[in-house]
Amino acid sequence: MATFVENVGRKSLAQLDYLGRLSIQFWETLRSIKAALPFVGNRYRWQSSVRQMLQIGVDALPMVALMATCTGFILAMQGASELRRLGALHFVIDLVAVGFTRELGPLLTAIAVSGRSGSAFAAEIGTMKVTEELDSLRVMALEPVEFLLAPKYLAALITVPCLTIAANVCGIFAGGMFMFFSTHLSPLLYVREALDSIALRDVITGLIKSVVFATIIAHVSCLEGFRVSGGADAVGRSTTSAVVKSTFLVIVADAVFTAIFYFTGKP
Amino acid sequence: MKPIISVRNLVVEYEERRVLDGINLDIEAGETMVLLGGSGSGKSTLLRHIIGLESPKSGSVLVKGTDITRCSPAELKAVRRSIGVAFQSAALFNSLSVKDNVALTLREHTALAPSIIDLVVWMKLAVVGLEDFGTLYPQELSGGMKKRGAVARALALDPEILVLDEPSAGLDPIVAAELDELILLLKQTFQMTVIVVTHELPSAFRIADRIAMLHQGVFRSIGTKDEVKASRDPYVRHFLDRVPENMASAPAVAAYFEKYLHTQEAQE
Repeated sequence: MATFVENVGRKSLAQLDYLGRLSIQFWETLRSIKAALPFVGNRYRWQSSVRQMLQIGVDALPMVALMATCTGFILAMQGASELRRLGALHFVIDLVAVGFTRELGPLLTAIAVSGRSGSAFAAEIGTMKVTEELDSLRVMALEPVEFLLAPKYLAALITVPCLTIAANVCGIFAGGMFMFFSTHLSPLLYVREALDSIALRDVITGLIKSVVFATIIAHVSCLEGFRVSGGADAVGRSTTSAVVKSTFLVIVADAVFTAIFYFTGKP
Repeated sequence: MKPIISVRNLVVEYEERRVLDGINLDIEAGETMVLLGGSGSGKSTLLRHIIGLESPKSGSVLVKGTDITRCSPAELKAVRRSIGVAFQSAALFNSLSVKDNVALTLREHTALAPSIIDLVVWMKLAVVGLEDFGTLYPQELSGGMKKRGAVARALALDPEILVLDEPSAGLDPIVAAELDELILLLKQTFQMTVIVVTHELPSAFRIADRIAMLHQGVFRSIGTKDEVKASRDPYVRHFLDRVPENMASAPAVAAYFEKYLHTQEAQE
């Protein structure tokens, strides 16, 4: 019994330690993110941010677009098979448009970014840790959080909402394709119906979610990299851990946000 | 004269294992101090405390009068700008070319124009003999060239203190000797304080003004090359005369295998 209690206590303390480190890292990043801004910050940090934007955003665009298009088709087809029986096939438009802007766009994008860029962040920082490159930065009077994390975080904050908008457009476009081929609904009418069904608050809540998801992915993945100790195997473990933890936390955060928006009357 | 680096009663423990046991060391400005010792003696740990990468359990490390174990992050940054460090693994940034590695601190900590930075970088690379390899990336360099690149990067801000961790480890004797000559040249040219961690005896006796020999977390001898050579300390004598300490004896190995075979037979 004592061993069980000890184990629970040890694991609880480890989780609290993790949360504490995450919080400290978050505040340190907020303090140093000014250095990554254009005009007011350090121009090398801004250049690094732009490079990260290309990697996180532009390079991921084809993958996110394809994932959103496929999901749009799936959602439209699954919805149509049920709604057709009720004679409410036109509600497929609402289902796809609202479903994507509120939920699927931000979530799909976050999962893609977590898998692509979260793993890359953890692997890059973890490798730098085991090859003493982080120590090199410190002895050169450069802070790793400012030098490595701030540009990544700034890039994620800008690109993840942009990717989310792209995912929304692709998903809704896929729904339109389905409606055109299955009911010969004109694309113009489809667009008008889709725009009518989306409220501005749906778009805003989706974008708020995507900013939170970007924060989770950047910070959890970088922390996993900073926590690496050992050799190449530890880098591999941290990469896996970064993807698993950030995806898990993104889904938990999504549930929390959806509940908040639902119960505050802003679903 | 006040020492440029002063280590006082430094105690370092990792998970209750004492690595440095209350050591004291003074390093004078302009001298080359070699920290000598076997593997696991604590010399790299001492070095990491001198450059402020780790915090000790107790004791202090004064660099240019600032206690870096207790100072503010801003003071530590200021101290670090006067120290150039070349790590054992070179630790050049793999995503940057050699010249960008050298230029990094100049870009970050000075307001020099890009053309001046290029000139300074070329000069630093020329000092270490890498002026024709600046555009290459670290993964395209040999081990010796990486170490020289790390020295060039450490020299970028003209530091008062140059710290080299195992500069000749893993290099062939010719390249190792070239690095020793480079260290002597740097000291002669720039009059800097040089701290070198090594376990290579020829290298230590070639470059050192003074040698501090570390064993099991305590200094067994600190002095000039001649004083260390004349030391009567048993460990120092073993180290200098290359006498093995824990040698596997043939009868012990034979007894182990015999016992193992008996155990296997008994199990069958």
